[in-house]
Amino acid sequence: MKKIITQTLITSVLAAGIVSGSAQAASITAVSWGGAYTISQVEAYHKPWMAATGNKVVSEDYSGGLAEVKAQVETGNVTWNLVDVELSDAVRGCDEGLFMPIGIDMLPNGADGSSAADDFLPGTVTECAVGNIVWSTIFAYDTSVLGKGNVDSLADFFDLEKFPGKRGMRKGAKPNLEFALMADGVPAEYVYIVLSTDEGIQRAFDKLATIKDSVVWWEAGAQPVQMLADGEVVMTTAYNGRIFNAIAAEGKPFEINWDGQIWDLDMWVIPTGAKNVDESLDFIKYSTGTEALAAQASWISYGPVRKSSAPFVGSYHNQPDLDMSIHMPTAPGNFGNALQNNYMWWADNSDQLNERFNAWLN
Amino acid sequence: MSDSKKQNKIDMRALKESHIKATALQKRRALYLTLPLVFFLIVSFVIPIGQILYRSIYNPVVGNVVPDFAIAIQQWDEQDLPSEEVFEAFVKDLAKAKKIRKIGRTVGNLATRTNYDIPGARSLFTSTARKAAKIEAPYKEGLLKSNKKWKNPEIWKSLKRNSKDITPAFYVAALDHKYDSNGNIVPADEMYQIYMSNFLKTIKLSALITFICIILAYPVAYVLSVLPLRQSNLLMILVLLPFWTSLLVRTTAWIALLQTEGVVNDILVFLGVYTDGARIQMIYNQTGTIVAMVHILLPFMILPLYSVMKTINPSYMRAAVSMGASNFRALRKIYFPLTIPGLAAGTLLVFILAIGYYITPALVGGEDGLLISNLIAYHIQKSLNWSLGAALASILLVTILVLYWLYNKLIGIDKLKFG
Repeated sequence: MKKIITQTLITSVLAAGIVSGSAQAASITAVSWGGAYTISQVEAYHKPWMAATGNKVVSEDYSGGLAEVKAQVETGNVTWNLVDVELSDAVRGCDEGLFMPIGIDMLPNGADGSSAADDFLPGTVTECAVGNIVWSTIFAYDTSVLGKGNVDSLADFFDLEKFPGKRGMRKGAKPNLEFALMADGVPAEYVYIVLSTDEGIQRAFDKLATIKDSVVWWEAGAQPVQMLADGEVVMTTAYNGRIFNAIAAEGKPFEINWDGQIWDLDMWVIPTGAKNVDESLDFIKYSTGTEALAAQASWISYGPVRKSSAPFVGSYHNQPDLDMSIHMPTAPGNFGNALQNNYMWWADNSDQLNERFNAWLN
Repeated sequence: MSDSKKQNKIDMRALKESHIKATALQKRRALYLTLPLVFFLIVSFVIPIGQILYRSIYNPVVGNVVPDFAIAIQQWDEQDLPSEEVFEAFVKDLAKAKKIRKIGRTVGNLATRTNYDIPGARSLFTSTARKAAKIEAPYKEGLLKSNKKWKNPEIWKSLKRNSKDITPAFYVAALDHKYDSNGNIVPADEMYQIYMSNFLKTIKLSALITFICIILAYPVAYVLSVLPLRQSNLLMILVLLPFWTSLLVRTTAWIALLQTEGVVNDILVFLGVYTDGARIQMIYNQTGTIVAMVHILLPFMILPLYSVMKTINPSYMRAAVSMGASNFRALRKIYFPLTIPGLAAGTLLVFILAIGYYITPALVGGEDGLLISNLIAYHIQKSLNWSLGAALASILLVTILVLYWLYNKLIGIDKLKFG
């Protein structure tokens, strides 16, 4: 019986593999975070690459994390060719054998002739992943509710007396602990040093506790924008590109406050055992090239990771008077008090702190 | 006489045997018809659940990643630090494992496993693995020099504990306990205790939801069962229409209705029940979970109740009243006992569906309306600690089986009528 089952399974899996393999010989599935961000990738990467090579890119959405990739790699049935992941997941997945190694040497030179190693910002290409954008978690508010320019700094986000009303925050310890400490007066460069002590973690939780009853927790990137638009919250943390999109494309009266922004990277990875590796690598080379990265920045306010892209960043794709460069997380005007998410620190502490966070929420 | 009786018995037995033989083939053929179902159940039910149960106790990562070390560490008496031989096996295994990229056998997998016990171990393992090939004898000295964190005996105790493939560690964690430095199982620090209280909350909320469903469904089912067919059919559609609507749509509808800027709050503010500033939080908390889940599970209570009430002969009640019972007494003594099979079936259905519910609490539960299934989902999707998720799922499964057994003792499963 057991043997029959195994045989049947193997035959059917093989048959399915042959069918899908032959039908989509030059088709790759690129998985990303959906919404305005995926649109920017489709416009700047997928369409031109498809036109240039004749291959096909199928776009699929997910909400981050390594669960799906892990399931696919463990069962040996890998249907995703490319995944857009956060830096911390890129490193962890690489360590755990979920992603294929990609060398920086195979990446093309920048448009100004500099080698990839010089052109990519430091730390944006890792053993298994090639960065494409710098994004940031910021806090934003509705100017029609709180008035324009009234909100001063991150401390105001935690000030319920000055600005009564609900707050939106991402459900999880990261990056709320960092926000709490910075709002409590810890300078960005000391945040992870303070967080590495028990007293520091307690201090962060204590600060969060001061607004706990007023917080609505969100999980997917589209939620905080919706909550702000619905008036469910008066201020919310969010990904900067989502808020920018609501302002630029939908004309919402939102404003980003860049004080204490926590920036991070999104990167392309190829799951171990994925098919069409050559096409996927070619796609990565194309999409992380100088021009493609600059083109993507005309659709959403996420910064290119290549230095050579900066001169090519122009205006919003359908609004010539909307200069994109000043809306990037890395723009000098926004970068005054910025913190880079420390993926190494989170790799060590996320299990414990998320458990504590969950217990704290309940 | 006794002889012929005996003979008769033997004849009977022979007859029985030949009858069994004759029908055996037929029976076997009939059995073949169930094969598709058996196959389906094995593939879609028995194997996955078996795998989950297995994964909750089976974690071979130490033996897979550092196999020689896993054997060598057994000699250690857990005093001070392990001996030079153990360190040698560890460093050599680590250097070998660094080159492996197969999932379940990488240094990263070992690092993740140890990090559950000792926060900070992940970067220690991955950074040491990069240097492992360069560490030379004496290995103990070399490793301790590469990073002084290796002097922490807790790391070695954790590795020794996890070097056995079968481990109760995930059940220990799932029951809010941990190992202390002597290897005893002790309660976890209070700020990390989450699972047991959540199990209790899940059972309490499920019981409450079931109770509300009974209160709401009983009169509805009664009205449906006594109305003339034409009207009751129309009303039945009102019960079934939401039942056929997508779960996500119904849950999202509750969000639109109950949120602070939603329909219900707007109406209450408009009617002057309270002012605009005092809008009530009705969703993203326990209230939201209860309201949405009662709505979604209500048909599972109404339908069994209705099917049983439909079969109750109204003359029973009339007989009771004619013999002098008050209406209430007749209801309590005659009608209610007759509906118990339907009530019992509805209760069982609603309670068991509620206790494992996932999507609705995830969408409207906010912070305190989350159930145990949401924590299981967290470990499967976010933390990737599948073994802990599997242990929690197994505990949930056993809890349901125990409750079912109790229920069977109290009511008797043969009495149930699902419709």
